[in-house]
Amino acid sequence: MGACRWTWGVSSWRTFRSLAARRQPAVLLGLGKLLSTAPSTPQVCIVGSGPAGFYTAQHILKHHKQVQVDIYEKLPVPFGLVRFGVAPDHPEVKNVINSFTQTARSGRCAFYGNITVGKDVTLEELQRAYHAVVLSYGAEDNRVLGIPGENLPGVHSARTFVGWYNGLPENQNLEPDLSSETAVILGQGNVALDVARILLTSPDLLKKTDITAHSLEAIAHSKVKRVWLVGRRGPLQVAFTIKELREMINLPGTKPLLYPSDFEGLRDVIKDVPRPRKRLTELLIKSALEKPSEKEAARWVSATREWGLKFLRSPIEVLPSANGKQAAGIRLAVNRLEGSGESVVAVPTGEFEDIECGLILSSIGYKSLPIAPSLPFDAEQGTIPNSMGRVHKVPGLYCSGWVKRGPTGVIITTMNDSFDTAQSMLEDLSSGVVDTSVHKPGFQSLRETLQQRGVRCVSFSDWEKINAAETAKGGEVGKPREKILDLEVMIRLASQ
Amino acid sequence: MKAIYCLSRASPEGVFITNSCLPWALKKVLHVETRKLHTDCWNSILSLQGHGSAGRCSTEAWLIKTSMCGTQKASNLATDCFRRLMHSRTLQSHAGIPRIFRWVATAAVNREQSRMFHTAVHRAEEGSQVSEPSNDVVNVVFIDRSGQRIPVKGKVGDNVLYLAHKHEIDLEGACEASLACSTCHVYVSGEFLDKLPDPDEREDDMLDMAPLLQENSRLGCQIILTKDLEGAEFTLPKITRNFYVDGHVPKPH
Repeated sequence: MGACRWTWGVSSWRTFRSLAARRQPAVLLGLGKLLSTAPSTPQVCIVGSGPAGFYTAQHILKHHKQVQVDIYEKLPVPFGLVRFGVAPDHPEVKNVINSFTQTARSGRCAFYGNITVGKDVTLEELQRAYHAVVLSYGAEDNRVLGIPGENLPGVHSARTFVGWYNGLPENQNLEPDLSSETAVILGQGNVALDVARILLTSPDLLKKTDITAHSLEAIAHSKVKRVWLVGRRGPLQVAFTIKELREMINLPGTKPLLYPSDFEGLRDVIKDVPRPRKRLTELLIKSALEKPSEKEAARWVSATREWGLKFLRSPIEVLPSANGKQAAGIRLAVNRLEGSGESVVAVPTGEFEDIECGLILSSIGYKSLPIAPSLPFDAEQGTIPNSMGRVHKVPGLYCSGWVKRGPTGVIITTMNDSFDTAQSMLEDLSSGVVDTSVHKPGFQSLRETLQQRGVRCVSFSDWEKINAAETAKGGEVGKPREKILDLEVMIRLASQ
Repeated sequence: MKAIYCLSRASPEGVFITNSCLPWALKKVLHVETRKLHTDCWNSILSLQGHGSAGRCSTEAWLIKTSMCGTQKASNLATDCFRRLMHSRTLQSHAGIPRIFRWVATAAVNREQSRMFHTAVHRAEEGSQVSEPSNDVVNVVFIDRSGQRIPVKGKVGDNVLYLAHKHEIDLEGACEASLACSTCHVYVSGEFLDKLPDPDEREDDMLDMAPLLQENSRLGCQIILTKDLEGAEFTLPKITRNFYVDGHVPKPH
């Protein structure tokens, strides 16, 4: 899918250049319009302060020298999934916060945290106050399994589990049951690997990360020794990427459980597949079929915990405990594959396999939700219909990130698609599609409304107070930060 | 602040640390156990001396001779100072820092640490506007996403990612050269690809995530300029429609 998308990117870029050349008069017209009226600052609003929001803001600010960009965020703290999604043992991925911080400190950018668009302020109100609105609020919902027993205690979405150990306020009361030996994760993507790794990493390593204190405490007392990652298709269809797999294979104190039979014969199949899939599969084959190095063999012998990949299995039913009050296992249907390549489909064979486990985490993808009744929305895909980030049929409304293209990809994917959206907007500002000759008040006009509604807005300098408190608290125990979990406390710190 | 003070008084012979900074430096930078530090500072220093690395040089200062020629301890010292500096907002006012980091970068024991120091050099130079005269000029060309050629003068030891930043070329570096993203993906021209050290496994792993991957793809943050790279061209992949709607023309160099 990746390759396909980017081929498309190139061709559209070319088309675009020729379009741009043809559009010259329109551009000039737009300029003329600007010159004929009093200069008005284009007011741009971005909904969501994750990577998509910040990268969109960055690109607009860099390439337009007058625009004012306001970033709205539901929580009092910025950075979305960089803070609440990226695993605590991946601090280097969070370095991107430094460049986002630079963007936020720019004189033409403002952060308004603790404002929920769709509740505290409506999309229509934003559209009235701003020349252009970008929706980059991500994918807040989960895909559900749709199987019996899904709601039993012991079954969670991987997302809430990630939120729990990463300090997302709404997930703080999760209390996952870590008292059984086996955990099953449904899904074979990077989130699934993140969760497996956190479950199996030694607390001695985790305590140096920004994992929340109470989840560290729970993981330190965890009885989980074995984690299965279950996928409905085969090893050629796994969604995780090589860096995360390699990390898992090399995880201290653990041993991979890979069935040789799953990988035999794959070497011939991957000869002609694109490089990323090829290298990823080669690593799987090597770990499953080749004799381990001395170091590796020694680690396997001394390993106290293990993880493995189970292929060709679809969840059918969560099996309840004897008293029916708790998940005690999962029934999987055994599949075979039909077709080839990425489009291969899993077909049930009629056989089943039961795994005994007390913790089941479903990691089968996220889904965006619409934030206004008037917003065009593709409920099936869970995305906003758009072309190049322009929301269909709503001039001046844009989208970027997961709500634009669906919840997949790594940071560079989101960066590129945010730049694309920003580019579309810059083009519209310049061509006059977004009419900036009309004065728009921006945040000024909403300040009072928000106050009347009792919304306490958190600015970027307020966040920096919260940030300072978190890093100071973390410093006391040798962690990069100790995240504050309570919204009230965050607001109190912001008000100091 | 103390890290800056210590490092601003560093030289290839070692780092001068005054008595007032000593407990801090021992604890934070050299990882001497806290208990030892508080109960008997003197012993800690003696134990360092045992490794041939510390000595009293005057009544008010210590010279921590880290013999910066590739020892683990030297690297740890530099790494930790670096981390502290990176998190310090006052860094940019200190003009002496770039020189020190440049030196530390060459002394680092492994490539990973070396690259981290290049990040620090870049940060410090960016703020201080101090550029030192150098005979080690390397002329290279960036070709940006709109196809424009931008010739720049780099120096031996420059990191291509930060060289691009210095010349306002739109090459992102989301993870700051820590091999956790592929946002600084570039194509290296012709024969110059072979003049670079082979990518390590971690770079290859990140390249796998790069859109429009080619045979000559590398991560900009992993390319350190050498004399051999005179005339090399680094092309940014055309992954975004990057043209200038606002009439902005990139500065000629």
